[in-house]
Amino acid sequence: MGLVMGTFSLQSKPVTYHKDKADDDLEMTIVCHRPEGLDQLEAQTNFNKRELQVLYRGFKNECPSGVVNEETFKQIYSQFFPHGDASTYAHYLFNAFDTGNTGSIKFEDFVTALSILLRGSVTEKLQWTFNLYDINRDGYINKEEMTDIVRAIYDMMGKYTYPVLKTDAPKQHVDAFFQKMDKNRDGVVTLDEFLFSCQEDENIMRSLQLFENVI
Amino acid sequence: MAAGVAAWLPFARAAAIGWMPVANLPMPVAPTEKNKRQDELIVLNVSGRRFQTWRNTLDRYPDTLLGSSEKEFFYNEDTKEYFFDRDPDVFRSVLNFYRTGKLHYPRYECISSYDEELAFFGIVPEIIGDCCYEEYKDRKRENAERLMDDQEDNKDAKLPNMTFRETMWRAFENPHTSTMALVFYYVTGFFIAVSVITNVVETVPCGSAPNMKEVPCGERYTVAFFCMDTACVMIFTVEYLMRLFAAPNRYRFMRSVMSIIDVVAILPYYIGLVMTDNEDVSGAFVTLRVFRVFRIFKFSRHSQGLRILGYTLKSCASELGFLLFSLTMAIIIFATVMFYAEKGSTSSKFTSIPASFWYTIVTMTTLGYGDMVPKTIAGKIFGSICSLSGVLVIALPVPVIVSNFSRIYHQNQRADKRRAQKVQKARLARIRLSKTGSSSAFLHSKRNGLFNEALELTQLPYKMNLSDQGSTEDEKRLSKSTSLIESQHHHLLHCLEKTTNHEFVDEQYYQQSYLEAGLQNYPSRSPSLSSQDGVTGSCCTRRSKKQHHTPLPNATAPAHMQPLKHTHTHPQGLQELSTIHIQPLSTSRSSLNMRVDEPAPLNCQSSQITTAIISIPTPPVTTPEGDAHLPAAPTLQNVVKVSAL
Repeated sequence: MGLVMGTFSLQSKPVTYHKDKADDDLEMTIVCHRPEGLDQLEAQTNFNKRELQVLYRGFKNECPSGVVNEETFKQIYSQFFPHGDASTYAHYLFNAFDTGNTGSIKFEDFVTALSILLRGSVTEKLQWTFNLYDINRDGYINKEEMTDIVRAIYDMMGKYTYPVLKTDAPKQHVDAFFQKMDKNRDGVVTLDEFLFSCQEDENIMRSLQLFENVI
Repeated sequence: MAAGVAAWLPFARAAAIGWMPVANLPMPVAPTEKNKRQDELIVLNVSGRRFQTWRNTLDRYPDTLLGSSEKEFFYNEDTKEYFFDRDPDVFRSVLNFYRTGKLHYPRYECISSYDEELAFFGIVPEIIGDCCYEEYKDRKRENAERLMDDQEDNKDAKLPNMTFRETMWRAFENPHTSTMALVFYYVTGFFIAVSVITNVVETVPCGSAPNMKEVPCGERYTVAFFCMDTACVMIFTVEYLMRLFAAPNRYRFMRSVMSIIDVVAILPYYIGLVMTDNEDVSGAFVTLRVFRVFRIFKFSRHSQGLRILGYTLKSCASELGFLLFSLTMAIIIFATVMFYAEKGSTSSKFTSIPASFWYTIVTMTTLGYGDMVPKTIAGKIFGSICSLSGVLVIALPVPVIVSNFSRIYHQNQRADKRRAQKVQKARLARIRLSKTGSSSAFLHSKRNGLFNEALELTQLPYKMNLSDQGSTEDEKRLSKSTSLIESQHHHLLHCLEKTTNHEFVDEQYYQQSYLEAGLQNYPSRSPSLSSQDGVTGSCCTRRSKKQHHTPLPNATAPAHMQPLKHTHTHPQGLQELSTIHIQPLSTSRSSLNMRVDEPAPLNCQSSQITTAIISIPTPPVTTPEGDAHLPAAPTLQNVVKVSAL
């Protein structure tokens, strides 16, 4: 009787090999990255020692292994935008931070990018932003890339907005953007056009200075 | 927003530069840190043991003692540290909560001392992490039960002014309360025993006269037994009626198990009285007498163990069901096998499969009566397999039932699993509420923030009465009480709004504006609303606070301030809400400036700006404080729910 029951049960149970997977996970978590020395980072970025310390403490708290992967990045970023879906924009941000295309952000990448964004010159900031928009890194921003970015930004707003979000709102926004930026009307925005148009616009110039004192 | 993630706020704000070229509108002003301190270590001296941590760490939870200014009460100027005269061991858990964002409950700690410490430091126990929450709740429940048991023991003192009915009920439920109750208890117990013994003895063959065959005592001494039965039934009936009279909730009492047993015990007698001595029905009548044996269950009122046994069986229903199911499966299988194995042999008792069931059951439970025995070799082989497997199948679920019984018996608990489930749901609801609090917090403070902006603008052109001055400072102070991190986070969300030229609103308002998109024409349905422009008197008794950003676009120029009409009723609420437009923020300032021209014939005592918050479906907390104060901003989860004016 037991044999009978046993044979019946064996057939239905799917055999999975969990052991190997657990070993893999163990390996991954052992990998740990330590950043270069504080002095080197201080030399490479525009932060002083104290600021780097504060930044690293926060970084290490969330990512004890020393690297941020895209999932964690998205989760952290989404916490700031509880209304909507911040994952697409976080994805583009991640790619912009991950300059080496390694799939994970180390503390040095993190701090380098922050240094540009918070303490860099206007040109550097605009260059970084251009990099962010230029998804395929070909040196041109075309309409599709821009639409993707703008749609990602609108996604962060979520559903409950006033006025009600229409489906072509991103597209209109992109058209307005190209109207302003694309000087020679060739359908793409190059770095120079971008720099030039942004420096013309007072609003943009002012808003770039907005986050000077973030740290 | 989680504590650790707050450290990433600078990154999120820096990343907002990516929106700037896309935005068409100017960005709002960033909140400034008034006195930007470098992060410093603070020393917490808890009964001599010194803990040190960054000030920022403690600031993560501003609504606790350590995170708020309350800790200043414990500051020791001489030693420059904060001294707390509390248990340092428990303080470890408390401080770890600030560091990691997770509150753990140490198992060796006494539950009540832990609770006291949490209460002292202003930490809500609900945020205990999932890893420790079960343990915490179990211990808490045990403690509560112990307290309750203690209380019940002390409750035996008779309360004054109890009605006769209540006294009776108490006597029935707890026989130790009075001598009378005890007497009653023992008398009923005696009669139950008598009744049961009578039923049993009735069937014993008494001595017979030499020339008659043996008759059971019941038929010999009919009258005597009938009298006994009548007496017992009378006692039981009286008891049942008295219980029914005394029960606080008669309907519930009638549905309870014990009362059903009582009824079933006495009913056969009455049915027997009523029925005629007809031959046809006497057969059925005899069957009814079987139900008299249910009187033995009345003993369960007298025995706690019996009640627990019954409860155990009820709670192990699934294990019992499994036992039954597996046994049935096995019986059918083996009966079939045995039938076909024995089919060949002559004069076999295994005449059919159902007939083999009896053999299988007897064999599997290792009874082995021997009335049916296999004769063929195949039959014997399968018979032995059957008996071996029977032992296994029965042995497996039994320990589960046994352990259940022992657990219940020792703890003597009553349906706590059901209560625990309810608490779990409530806890999840509370956690969800505090999470959604963060998103509604932004909407809430947005209105406050805009209100503050409006204040700043209107200060200059509009010299209002002095109460206003005092109140705005209060409000400014209040707005500062939201932590810097919160204000920075809100500024970030504000920038996003500007980039996309849309605003965050709550769900309810979104639905309404959706409706509104259909309604075209509602220019001056409530002209008084449109002209108020945010300057309303606080004389509106409902303490409603409302916020306008702009008047209706096509309303008549709000040149005349009309006094508040108190006749606004709720049914119009939806309509009136829909007349409030929240336009793109760029126009708000200009329109507010327009008010300068208006005369302000306010008929209120203290003219003052109040803001209204449209009803938000978070837990409504009305703060009926003085006119001068905004709804308490510190607890950002609680949003003032307000009716329309």
